[in-house]
Amino acid sequence: MIKRMFIWLALLGLILMFLPFLRDFDFHKELGDLSSQYIQGSIDDIKTQNVVTSVVVTYRGLDTLGEVTVLFLATAGVGFLLRKKNKILKSRVSSELLQTGSQFLFVLIILTGIYIFTHGHLTPGGGFQGGVLITTAFLLLILADVNLKFNHSILLVVESFSGAFYVLIGLLGILLIGINSFLDPTIMPLGSFGKLISAGAIPVIYSLVGLKVGSELTTILDKMGGE
Amino acid sequence: MIFSIILGFLLLIIGIYGMLTQKNLIKIVIGFSIVDTGTHIIIVSIGYLRNRTAPILDGAVDLANATKQVVDPIPSALVLTAIVIGLAVTALMLSFVIKLYQKNKSLSIDDYQELKW
Repeated sequence: MIKRMFIWLALLGLILMFLPFLRDFDFHKELGDLSSQYIQGSIDDIKTQNVVTSVVVTYRGLDTLGEVTVLFLATAGVGFLLRKKNKILKSRVSSELLQTGSQFLFVLIILTGIYIFTHGHLTPGGGFQGGVLITTAFLLLILADVNLKFNHSILLVVESFSGAFYVLIGLLGILLIGINSFLDPTIMPLGSFGKLISAGAIPVIYSLVGLKVGSELTTILDKMGGE
Repeated sequence: MIFSIILGFLLLIIGIYGMLTQKNLIKIVIGFSIVDTGTHIIIVSIGYLRNRTAPILDGAVDLANATKQVVDPIPSALVLTAIVIGLAVTALMLSFVIKLYQKNKSLSIDDYQELKW
């Protein structure tokens, strides 16, 4: 009883903390200076059509590197906790429809994922979304056959190489341009605004992020699928 | 929109209530996910500007006047980061739950008293 009272007290305190924020909140009529600079820079300096991508990959590129690191740590944690015991799970054989359908859709979903992360600088989407889409293709395969075994060495190689090349491209910026240019996309020719080959190194970086996210989440799926 | 900010805070409070009252470990993880979603809705709606389009500078946006026509791109970028981190943390928590269940054959948080004082 007393515990329940404390819970309600805590929630009431939380609501009281939020109320001033809601009361004093007013919507901006114009963009702030930082956002305007990001949009102008995205047009003039790095020729990226999707401003969210230019913020994520270039202006806040170090944050994205940290985020990929957090994702890697979480994958390592899942892998450490759920070590495979190589047991064969007894389950009903999945239906003909699911088996055929998953084999048919697998390639299409992978292609859509690759399209999304290579066009991340032009259309909504990018490395993270494409990577997650690639993982859903593997999820479909696991649903069709629970005892499916993935090739761990290929997953490991893709994951390590994409991570290493991501950092290497960042370091190339320091080598070629200057000490303040970690993850600068202008190490590659910028091309013309709105074309597939544009925005310098951004499509390369986002494709590497997509491969890394896809392989890491597939590793998580593989570990969890055995439980 | 003030409505979506209120919705976000409502989700946040529902999630925290769920985390505090539920005994089932998986339900606690679900409560955490609801808190996550609530914060995402709040952050995205802070960047909203009336009568403007998404920050993608294609044919719908006049390039010379782009800063007057698009919403704030920074909250969207922050939420993109937060969603992926939330996914990874949820996967990690669920694997902790799996491990605890394998060890003690119970999903109730009352059966785990090692850290209770």
